[in-house]
Amino acid sequence: MAENVLMIALSPTMEEGTILNWSAKEGDTISTGDVLCEVETDKASMEYESAQEGTLLKIIKGEGSPARVGDVIAIIGEEGEDVSDLVAEAEAAPAAAPEPKAEEPKKETAPASEAAKEAAPKPAAPKASTPAPSVSPSSDDRIKASPLARKIAASRGINLGMVKGTGPAGRIVKEDVENFKAPLAPVEGVAVGGSSGNSFGSPLVDETVPVSRMRQTIAKRLAESKFGAPHFYLTLSVAMDGMVDFRKKANARAKEKLGLNPFFMKFAAEAIKRHRELNSSWLGDSIQFHGSIDIGLAVALPTGLITPVVRDCGNKGIAQIDAELKVLIDKAKNGGLAPDEYNGATFTISNLGSFGIEEFTAIINPPGSAILALGATVKTPVVNDNDELEIKNIMKMTLSCDHRTIDGAIGAAFMSDMKKMMEDPFQLLM
Amino acid sequence: MRKIDSYDKDFLISILREMNFIRRFEEKAGQMYGLKKIGGFCHLYNGQEAVAIGAVKALDMKTDYILTGYRDHGHALAVGMDPNAIMAELYGKSTGVSRGKGGSMHMFDVEKHMLGGNGIVGGQIPVAGGVALMQAYKGTGGATLVFFGDGAIHQGSFHETLNLAKIWNLPVVFICENNQYGMGTSYDRVSSVTDYSIMGNSYGIPSWQVDGMDVIAVYEELGKAVKQAKEQALPAFIEIQTYRYKGHSMSDPAKYRSKEDLEAYKQKDPILGLKARMLDAGLITDEQFKEWDKEDKKRVQDAIEFADKSPEPPLSDMYEDILA
Amino acid sequence: MAIIAMREALRQALDEEMTRDENVLLMGEEVAQYNGAYKVSKGLWEKYGDKRVIDTPITELGFTGVAVGAASVGLRPVVEWMTFQFGLLAIDQIINNAAKLRHMSGGQLKVPMVVRGPNGPAEFLSSQHSQSFASYFMHIPGIKVVAPSTPYDAKGLLKTAIRDDNPVIFLEAEMYYGWTGEVPEEEYTIPFGKAAIRREGEHVTLVSFSKPMKMLEEAAEELAKEGISAEVIDIRSIRPLDEETIFGSVRKTNHVVVVDEAWPQASVGSHISGLISAKCFDDLDAPVEFVSSEDVPMPYNHTLELEVQPTVAKIVAAAKKTLYREG
Repeated sequence: MAENVLMIALSPTMEEGTILNWSAKEGDTISTGDVLCEVETDKASMEYESAQEGTLLKIIKGEGSPARVGDVIAIIGEEGEDVSDLVAEAEAAPAAAPEPKAEEPKKETAPASEAAKEAAPKPAAPKASTPAPSVSPSSDDRIKASPLARKIAASRGINLGMVKGTGPAGRIVKEDVENFKAPLAPVEGVAVGGSSGNSFGSPLVDETVPVSRMRQTIAKRLAESKFGAPHFYLTLSVAMDGMVDFRKKANARAKEKLGLNPFFMKFAAEAIKRHRELNSSWLGDSIQFHGSIDIGLAVALPTGLITPVVRDCGNKGIAQIDAELKVLIDKAKNGGLAPDEYNGATFTISNLGSFGIEEFTAIINPPGSAILALGATVKTPVVNDNDELEIKNIMKMTLSCDHRTIDGAIGAAFMSDMKKMMEDPFQLLM
Repeated sequence: MRKIDSYDKDFLISILREMNFIRRFEEKAGQMYGLKKIGGFCHLYNGQEAVAIGAVKALDMKTDYILTGYRDHGHALAVGMDPNAIMAELYGKSTGVSRGKGGSMHMFDVEKHMLGGNGIVGGQIPVAGGVALMQAYKGTGGATLVFFGDGAIHQGSFHETLNLAKIWNLPVVFICENNQYGMGTSYDRVSSVTDYSIMGNSYGIPSWQVDGMDVIAVYEELGKAVKQAKEQALPAFIEIQTYRYKGHSMSDPAKYRSKEDLEAYKQKDPILGLKARMLDAGLITDEQFKEWDKEDKKRVQDAIEFADKSPEPPLSDMYEDILA
Repeated sequence: MAIIAMREALRQALDEEMTRDENVLLMGEEVAQYNGAYKVSKGLWEKYGDKRVIDTPITELGFTGVAVGAASVGLRPVVEWMTFQFGLLAIDQIINNAAKLRHMSGGQLKVPMVVRGPNGPAEFLSSQHSQSFASYFMHIPGIKVVAPSTPYDAKGLLKTAIRDDNPVIFLEAEMYYGWTGEVPEEEYTIPFGKAAIRREGEHVTLVSFSKPMKMLEEAAEELAKEGISAEVIDIRSIRPLDEETIFGSVRKTNHVVVVDEAWPQASVGSHISGLISAKCFDDLDAPVEFVSSEDVPMPYNHTLELEVQPTVAKIVAAAKKTLYREG
């Protein structure tokens, strides 16, 4: 049975060799271990010892031929055997690339190409595409804080830039973050963001800042809400004169001056009692109606947004809601809100009135199904029932609803009830 | 050359065929290495077949054990390990004897009492002492053979274990396969003595030299050593003078020795030597041998096909076989 | 409960296991007739005889390799190295045979053996007899490494080591064979890979193993006087390592001191420090403090010798440093 004799790797790195000369000729009897031919490898010239035996019937690769490892170089078999098929097959195989000419022996191609690489012009250094920012934080301005301090600051929305470090070289450590008190915010219920140093006219610089864990959470949850819950919006105007009057009277009796937001929270809770859908969560295959009305109030911090939650507003008076809210907002500004103090609002109120915003639509704060956006109270000419113009304090409020749990009519009925209560707060007692 | 007339014909045929099978297997392994089917170190046994076959024939593999170094394909085949699984191991396939974890240097078959395949020069010698310790401790009646090359003879492991084997009466037979070169270094350039039996004798262990190109001589002398180990709890040291036809490993062109030397040894080829004696005695014919040789080549070819077709081990295998 | 010395706890473990399993044997220099260099094998030769308690010549490579071979075919040898300093001569047999036979044989072999003996510095022994080798062995997949610090642990871990089907490196300490502690009458074993919390605390975690554990306990007492509550962890098992117990403590205290009596580079201590830095990054309020031996060969002079090693004062200082309470 005739067999192909294949070129083998005669050095560990050989991929291809050149047959220098054949020691055996066609017709010779070959035993294993006999030298068939001499092969020039990438390293040296080596003898090719046969691992096969029989009669050398045909030399396929003659002297001077290149052969890759695995190429057929000859055929061995029994004397007189017909090997024309094998020969045809071997000769049809694509030949290895011919050797370079003698003046440039193969052995030197590797070093030569190395040399060529050395000599090749180096790629030019990339041009600076943008000038360096004229104001760049020097390494000394880098905030040094322990990993744990960073983690706590992120979870409480504390701007580390405002914290003084007591560790080595001013490193901010756990204790520093825990003892940090944020400066009081200018507007009740809203701490204005914005960097301490950026007064008008200070130059802006190009800067990329890493996203804090808090920003990541805001981005993730609000995107999920906005793109996951089908929102619809209901806006109406409320005349606030009754409310202002009501608040004055209440403050005359209260120990401490009552904020405005606790009134809205109380009215919302009362209206929710009549429309439980506003206090529900969509669970995919079921809807959860919550027994406790836990109202969150959106509070802006230098680092982002947080919603302290007053639990069970349905069973609390305005003064109590106000007292609890004050504590929570104070904590939020000092970076100390625990997760159970800002998670799980069943209904949320966002009030941007202090910025002069007239009306806006808010994104629902999960797991709730609705968020109420309150604008600024603006003196507005109004045509009254007697067809006369009069000046009234008007506030626009917009309810964002999750249509999966709240239908338009229900949202509208809720808004209508809210409006009635706010325009005539004594309804609460009736 | 020892006489063969006292031996059973079938016994002689089995020795001849097993040596020839190792030769054919190693030739093909070398070729497959050349075709890059096998990688790493690959130490071939061509020329030394009489040592493994002659020695293993003197054992009872139900109770006896063998251990060897990294030139281990011959020993693995001699104890009857599956050539398919050996070739698959060379290919690094999951069907290999060591699941593709060991390669050429690490042939193990615990059931067949072949305990490797050790890649550190002389590393297997104390381990063999330990196997013999178990045999003595449990009274199994077996002996342990440990093979190593002339390069290992100066290792502390050899000298320490010889001494331990003697003082603890371990049934172990130390076999130095002196193929005359530790890699490219001729043994007489690095040894204070060239008759290694002197070393064994210095520990009070019966030691002698044996012609490793004559399988019958190996068989008879090992028989004596094994008998002594089992019956008298006495270790033995045997220097078997042999020759390897190939380089130390596949990456060694063996330029350090002359063609004449190699040719002289090939004249003493262990397979041809036994075949000639059997032909003279009329025990076999040339045609018979050719027929057997064809079968042997076919079995090697089958092993290659088996290895080629076998699956690569999955990556998760890397975390296995580390702890029991 | 009986109060016994470390050497007696180890002896009990050997004795009980040799009685339980006839394949267990002990070999090493001076283990038989001399009763052991540190008297751990006291009386065992008289009880079990030459066959099972074997005096070896001074040939660590040879007899350790013999133990590997014997283990690979079913015996359970316990090898005593008179000290781990001499074990270097046999380290090839540990790394290339004990740890790899199973791997090379594709899972056919197992090597149930124990190598035990004193490791680390003692006193007045200079540089060739004072080295700590835990990391040399911890580095190698295929073997297990344990290092008890109390008689109770020594007995329980040695019994587990003898029963384990893998090679176990069992590190003792020359200085503590006389330490005493409670050991119950009834039989018990201690699993590998389980650290012991020696003392609960809130402010800082102290981690070590073997002989330095005593210093950790004393350091914790010192710190307590200053109102610092230290948690003390004895890892006991170096490979497998109970990472979760260490991490859990660091998550609680946010400050950690790792102590290792070896040289600092590529040590068990540096490895644990690295793990903590990687796995507890957000829980650290300060860098991991690492108290090791000085990076020098051990001097003979006793004053220098003590100063080279970890001390209670160094551990206390490191704890205060990580708590930002220096000066």
